Amino acid sequence: MEHRITIDPITRLEGHGKIEIFLDENGNVEKAYFVVPELRGFEIFVKGKPAEDMPIITPRICGVCPTAHHMASTKALDDLYKVEPPSPAKKLREMLYNMFMLEDHALHVYILGGPDFIVGPKAKKEERNVLGVIQKVGLEIGKKVISMRREIRELMTLLAGKVIHPAWGVPGGVTRGLKEEERKNFVKVAEKGVEFALFTLKVFKDIVLSNKEYVELITSDTYTHRTYYMGLVDNNKKVNFYDGKIRVVDPEGKEFALFDVRDYKDYIAEHVENWTYIKFPFLKKVGWKGFIDGKDSGVYSVAPLARLNASEGMATPKAQEAYEEFYKTLGVKPVHHTLANHWARVIEMIYAAERFLELAKDPEITSDNIRNISKEIPSVGIGVVEAPRGILIHHYETDEKGFITKANLIVATQNNAARIAMSVEKAAKGLIKNGKYDEGILNMIEMAFRAYDPCHACGTHSLPGNIPLLINIRDKKGNIIDKIKNF
Amino acid sequence: MSEKPKIALYWCASCGGCEEAVVDLAEDILQVVEKAEIVFWPVAMDFKRKDVENLKDGEILVSFINGSVRNSEQEEMVKLLRKKSKIVIAFGSCAYTGGIPGLANSYSKEEIMNYYYKEGLTVFNPEDKRPTPQYIEKNLAFEIPEFYERVYALDQVIDVDYYIPGCAPTRNVVKNSIDTLFSGNLPPKGSVLGASSKALCNECPLNDTKPEKITLKEFKRIDKNQPEKDKCLLIQGFACLGPVTRGGCEALCVKANYPCTGCFGPLDGIEDYGAKALSFLASLIDSNNEEEIEKIINEWMPNPLGIVYKYSLPKSLIFETKNKKNGG
Repeated sequence: MEHRITIDPITRLEGHGKIEIFLDENGNVEKAYFVVPELRGFEIFVKGKPAEDMPIITPRICGVCPTAHHMASTKALDDLYKVEPPSPAKKLREMLYNMFMLEDHALHVYILGGPDFIVGPKAKKEERNVLGVIQKVGLEIGKKVISMRREIRELMTLLAGKVIHPAWGVPGGVTRGLKEEERKNFVKVAEKGVEFALFTLKVFKDIVLSNKEYVELITSDTYTHRTYYMGLVDNNKKVNFYDGKIRVVDPEGKEFALFDVRDYKDYIAEHVENWTYIKFPFLKKVGWKGFIDGKDSGVYSVAPLARLNASEGMATPKAQEAYEEFYKTLGVKPVHHTLANHWARVIEMIYAAERFLELAKDPEITSDNIRNISKEIPSVGIGVVEAPRGILIHHYETDEKGFITKANLIVATQNNAARIAMSVEKAAKGLIKNGKYDEGILNMIEMAFRAYDPCHACGTHSLPGNIPLLINIRDKKGNIIDKIKNF
Repeated sequence: MSEKPKIALYWCASCGGCEEAVVDLAEDILQVVEKAEIVFWPVAMDFKRKDVENLKDGEILVSFINGSVRNSEQEEMVKLLRKKSKIVIAFGSCAYTGGIPGLANSYSKEEIMNYYYKEGLTVFNPEDKRPTPQYIEKNLAFEIPEFYERVYALDQVIDVDYYIPGCAPTRNVVKNSIDTLFSGNLPPKGSVLGASSKALCNECPLNDTKPEKITLKEFKRIDKNQPEKDKCLLIQGFACLGPVTRGGCEALCVKANYPCTGCFGPLDGIEDYGAKALSFLASLIDSNNEEEIEKIINEWMPNPLGIVYKYSLPKSLIFETKNKKNGG
């Protein structure tokens, strides 16, 4: 007897991210497909637009991580116009960027993905949400999270025009600098940010790492994939969100590639399937072998865990301590456990906060020297940043007047699309046996999703920490014979 | 049973920025929760379309809908919310005027698909696979939604009572709109809520430096020019759209020394923002000779469509022949 199970998480923007599960005659999972039914065509409709508009247009791809697109786009413009920003402008950009990483990660840890752990993976879904988190850690802390994000986002607004869609980055610099009296406030908020990030690590350790059951879940086979990892690193091969080279390590942790983003086309290609709108990036030199892990498959992973795996450490002291503890505790590098993303994200919060503070204290950021003007004729520009959800590449080609003729974007979540699909399939295989399944599958699949914080419009989130899922069980003719849902 | 008024929030083809705009109310969100019962908000609560279907017609006091409409599912959902709501509000630029995704209306779906899955710079697709709405592989049938040929603003699909402008609406605008709605003192249908009724220049800190009459010999692009601080961007030659754009955003972009790109949309009584913006820019040029004016515009921006219609192409009377869904 052959069934088809459809799991429909109601995501935003794409309408649905859908999972199709096909069972063989014995009722075991034969294949599972992760479907993204979304396409908006940004790469096409920017044609003919002036290149300097790209940092305004592209953030509208995602309102949760607009700063990532704004910055990748601005850096692509530096490259397009062959102009280096002066040092104060670079520092201001990197500071804004780390502020953004801190508040965005905080949103995920406390509100979107964290409830699974802070409240507990076995808790009732009514409790697995931000309110549950507040109950567990106390209202004061809940308020602290809200006010921390508000304070950071208010400063981002001051510096870059708006927080939801900045208007600030230009080829060779930024349009607005920082006054000395404003800078003091940045230092204050950054100090709070460091404290807040360290506190978050403590919460994570107290609640998650001290719980044997959670640790078993993190290290369970269901959530383990041995893939390549990709991340941005500085000259010392330490994690950097704003700039650096792209480093790839193989499933054993050996350096596979270290390259400048300008060469990305030699390393990354995109595979197309008939049944989904998302394209699947893979390592060109390894090749597309399907949705499988291991050294012979070109599937790679990005985002917090991948960044830690693809680097040799963190560039700030407290984050480095947390990094060392992470690998010591798990006893191996690279770590292949998808759920370790949550822990990695907290470590990155510490780095983002420390880096924010370092830059806020730097007197150079109040300099008026915030822009170099290009004299070059534009043709091709490529830029990269680490979005919260992973490597983000913007590539523009223009005519000599700087009007876009071609654009190519490799968006963070896309890089993880194949691995997300594999996680979903693995969860399905582990939980559906001989045609038998129960509602547990919903939670297991949700957890796999949320660990990646996928941003199919940064969307599979719902604040109560549950992605509404609908499973349709179908017979061979496609008739629905059973339904399971979590809403 | 709660006696509080019921409200719903929904997104269509949006980027999530409008949800963030609500979350950015931060501590103030608690006041909203005190005054109203949120019955539907996919990002923050269990999605219960059934619950909406089970409500009586008109039982929801206000539905805030953001994002543009571009597929059948979104159309169904907004029609359902319309039926169940006394008041429907188009929240943010996409719902109000079509938004940046509306720029896709210059291209056919075929052109978009072709580039994305075939000609794109990193696409590796030797078998020429293409996402197919009804796709069958080994007797297994997949379905993915079919997208409409074009993007619609919300009032091109359903009747809309009020508009909240901005990409995204700023915190104060969201707060003001909610206060207006709770005050019970509702403005006439079709009004824009939460923002100013005057042009952006009125609240711009650089307004004192703007002369009565501006004349320009050329427009400057920001790619190779840095705006001076503390001086009206328009008199510097940057195409700041402040004079034709509704205020209420506190001039945040201009305070970051960046020219206004018009996300708050037109002033009252202006049907076609882009046409208005373009004629305004042309009127600044220091010439009475049409050819010369055209030459100056061309020199600056051969195709100004993406500048003047950045947030409102689907509402353009000039470029859009079919402004209503189903040709209505």
